[in-house]
Amino acid sequence: MSVDIATIKRVATLSRIHVEPAALPGLAREINAILGWIEQLSEVDTTGVEPMAGGGATALRWRDDVVSDGGQAEAILANAPDREGEYFGVPKVVE
Amino acid sequence: MRPTDLSLAQARLALDARQISARELTQAYLDAIAALNPRLNAYITVTAEAALTAADAADQKLAAGHGGPLEGIPLGIKDLFCTAGTRTTAASRILGDFTPPYESTITRQLLRDGAVFLGKLNLDEFAMGSSNATSAFGPVENPWSRRNDPDTRLVPGGSSGGSAAAVAARIALGATATDTGGSIRQPAAFCGVAGIKPTYGRCSRFGVVAFASSLDQAGPIARDVMDCAVLLRSMSGFDPQDSTSVEMVVPDFAAAVGRGVRGMRIGIPREYRMAGMPAEIEALWQQGIAWLRDAGASIVDVSLPHTKYALPTYYIVAPAEASSNLARYDGVRFGARVAGSDLTELYEKTRAAGFGAEVKRRIMIGTYVLSAGYYDAYYLKAQQVRALIKRDFDLAWQQCDALLTPATPSAAFGLDEKQDDPVAMYLNDIFTVTANLAGLPGMAVPAGLDGQGLPLGLQIIGRPFDEEGVFAVAGAVERAAGFSARPGVIA
Amino acid sequence: MTYMIGDWELVIGLEVHAQVTSQAKLFSGAATAFGASPNSQVSFIDAGFPGMLPSINAECVAQAVRTGLGLNAQINLWSRFDRKNYFYADLPQGYQISQFAHPIVGTGEIEITLDDGTKKIIGITRLHLEQDAGKSQHDQHPSKSFIDLNRSGVALMEIVSEPDMRSPEEAGAYVAKLRQILRYLGTCDGNMDEGSMRADVNVSVRKPGEGFRTRCEIKNVNSVKFVMQAVEVEARRQIEVWESGEEVHQETRLFDTARGVTRSMRSKEDAHDYRYFPDPDLPPLVLDAGWVEQLKASLPELPDARRARYVAMGLTPYDAHVLTLDRETAVFFETMARGRDAKLAANWLTGDYFAALNRLKRDIADPPVSAEHMGELLDLIADKTLSGTIAKQVFEHMLAGEGAPGAIVETRGLKQVTDTGAIEAAIRAVMEANADKLAEYRSGKEKLFGFFVGQVMKAMAGKGNPAAVNELLKTMLAG
Repeated sequence: MSVDIATIKRVATLSRIHVEPAALPGLAREINAILGWIEQLSEVDTTGVEPMAGGGATALRWRDDVVSDGGQAEAILANAPDREGEYFGVPKVVE
Repeated sequence: MRPTDLSLAQARLALDARQISARELTQAYLDAIAALNPRLNAYITVTAEAALTAADAADQKLAAGHGGPLEGIPLGIKDLFCTAGTRTTAASRILGDFTPPYESTITRQLLRDGAVFLGKLNLDEFAMGSSNATSAFGPVENPWSRRNDPDTRLVPGGSSGGSAAAVAARIALGATATDTGGSIRQPAAFCGVAGIKPTYGRCSRFGVVAFASSLDQAGPIARDVMDCAVLLRSMSGFDPQDSTSVEMVVPDFAAAVGRGVRGMRIGIPREYRMAGMPAEIEALWQQGIAWLRDAGASIVDVSLPHTKYALPTYYIVAPAEASSNLARYDGVRFGARVAGSDLTELYEKTRAAGFGAEVKRRIMIGTYVLSAGYYDAYYLKAQQVRALIKRDFDLAWQQCDALLTPATPSAAFGLDEKQDDPVAMYLNDIFTVTANLAGLPGMAVPAGLDGQGLPLGLQIIGRPFDEEGVFAVAGAVERAAGFSARPGVIA
Repeated sequence: MTYMIGDWELVIGLEVHAQVTSQAKLFSGAATAFGASPNSQVSFIDAGFPGMLPSINAECVAQAVRTGLGLNAQINLWSRFDRKNYFYADLPQGYQISQFAHPIVGTGEIEITLDDGTKKIIGITRLHLEQDAGKSQHDQHPSKSFIDLNRSGVALMEIVSEPDMRSPEEAGAYVAKLRQILRYLGTCDGNMDEGSMRADVNVSVRKPGEGFRTRCEIKNVNSVKFVMQAVEVEARRQIEVWESGEEVHQETRLFDTARGVTRSMRSKEDAHDYRYFPDPDLPPLVLDAGWVEQLKASLPELPDARRARYVAMGLTPYDAHVLTLDRETAVFFETMARGRDAKLAANWLTGDYFAALNRLKRDIADPPVSAEHMGELLDLIADKTLSGTIAKQVFEHMLAGEGAPGAIVETRGLKQVTDTGAIEAAIRAVMEANADKLAEYRSGKEKLFGFFVGQVMKAMAGKGNPAAVNELLKTMLAG
């Protein structure tokens, strides 16, 4: 499965990572090399195999409904690159 | 004996007996860091003042007779663990000067047990790499060098390169690390030290910067198997804040180290004998088999048929999860920000500037394999193959109690070698990824030297939650190997 | 009789997002209360800080199951959380934890009743749990938007209907009924103006007999009235597009309530590639069948069942409907009516009491007179201590805060007089004082009966038992 430049551009946009146009071919090459290598998985017969989601606990453990967190606006905002009073500031969004 | 000569277990005894003070011990390590870190670059941040304050507090506790299991022990913390009040970078520019207002569960437990933190250790950016060369804070140098070529700087392995190098060079008495595809075991092997990745769910992931959630596990890197056992005990334990944490009692791992292997069945998986494997690695593996047989274990030939698919499976699952886990690094609430005329531009420029090339590649691979139309062919398929890999192990456990394999396909390579081809770099994890995919405990133990005098390690993989079995085998290998070589750069 | 606009039929489906009533959020322990100061109810988990992990709130799970049971829906004992990945300033993690492939609740249905009395079943496709996002404010600064994460991580139930609705009225009735059920169950407060319940409205049009044409989604409509308006306006817009020979494009729109039109949201590239995959931080959600049965057994009685019960008690369907519109009123009514004449209680509640609430601008949730005291008032009428007229007086005194009706009657001496001796005495006095009118009455002017009733009541300061007065007066006037 080989991906073209247009697809790389789309993926970069989905990932919200700007890629300089000049860098696109190189990136496409690298990614294609990796994807080509991953391809071999299609050889494996996985009919009827339940996908493994991960190890660890087998069922979700439940927490009691009590307020045990929050009330720390200063700590929440302390690392903000653009703090506007009690808010995080971002470039204005037009909906 | 100089303070830095003491192993963790020995330092514990010396501190308790007041033969050495915590302050002396910590100061010795700080001096070592000052002398050697400029070259090795193992630490991103050194917290000297805080360490001495902590050491003084430890001395008070020790004098009063209530020191914890790690009281006064100076450790390095991989800069992937969020440490309250101390800058945490994940070796990335994108985190900027982020200073967590919270403590990870593991570092909280280490502090509870009395440990002294020397600083934050270097790593591959966001734990993605096998050489520590992708760090935004510069590469780490392996304290070992080739006998015939001492000027060529070697990689310490990764992603926990800083942790392994610091322990090997004795500028930390022990270190925390994390392992997603081999990031504890491979650098430990490259640096001639011991490291264990426990069973998935044994240690809490709360407060550890996430790379691939279903694969990440924290674990110790230390000088020897016993030191690892002591550290792992303090690091382990059920944490309700981590929904994948498993409610299992934490055994006394240290007690298993000297248990021996009499009556244990050690499996040798035939598929780990790879085409083109260096003769030295094969020879070391055979040597390991002989040691265990001599120690009273029986050796069993086993098959793990899906082994060759482990790496490609890993390189679908890990980037997919990472692409989602790293979406939060967007310049809005913390970290570095590059201004943009609108929100989209803010995101795109911030992430382009803040992430290194390997991280970007993996995010994009991950985004691609999850995207519309490709999910079934890639991600779903990979999770199915993963189930088959796990099943291989489940069947093997019917015939054996632990597996012995090489830890890495080579000794440490040069800083400038293998960097151009991502796939070549990925092959470093060939022996280690299976344990992450199956959630099993795995340990690397230094076992010998290659022709150039560089350390080579052996790997032990164990049954789920049988770290004790792993420690027992590792202890036996360590005793038989009698590995006593030291790197050229050492405190 | 299907609702039509010209030759066109409407097809409407609704996705309602209902905030779960709980103390803490779905995956963190931060509080959920409305109206707190910005970023003061935010856990590091809600803010998507490095290393943070989710853990699930048991009550949110229970509320979702209760809602599913109230919708007659299938409860899935095994369900799973997935990540819905997209970037937006109010979505700190860069993904929303939701349920895509395996929701906690499956198919169900609710019955709606239209104004003309017709009933219709609307199918529910599914209900799932998911995180709410934070809030962006765009009008506080010329070039910046401000982000408040208090709402980030609050539990939402997304309730998806089948595209079974065919008119604005049906859509409105569905939202109203769903809201009523959620409020009855206590699983969501249904405050659409506070944003705790909002609707995404999917509208398409078609010629009768066709399959489905392209639909558009109108997001975040926050009142029943606006839902109905939005449906109407959007349907007409689409009809115009089709009739001009163009095609309707699938898109997300907003309802501009001021101008009464829908408009397209600025398009987000690849807005729909959410790259869903199972959240690796959360093992599957497993429910014990016995626990679900327990929840079912302890559900409050729902509106339809309650209405039927009231009608069986003797109330008119209209009164039953009014008294069950919300659970607080129904509970008040039942306390008031317990062991008493249900019709009398209904009349007093829907009449004098509701009027008083209106006048005093009060709410049944904050009653000026308790249901118990109202019940006591009814008892005093039933045992003839009070006439209907005097009872109204007593009620006014109760509203003024004078306490229990019994005490008021005693203090103010308002007891109805039924003692025939006293009534006879009063009648005799009136007859003597009005001899001329008496003569007129006896000679045939029967209309004057009312005059005599009035005079006797006045003489008795209104306390005469009307029935006794009438009877005795008839006898004594006749001579």
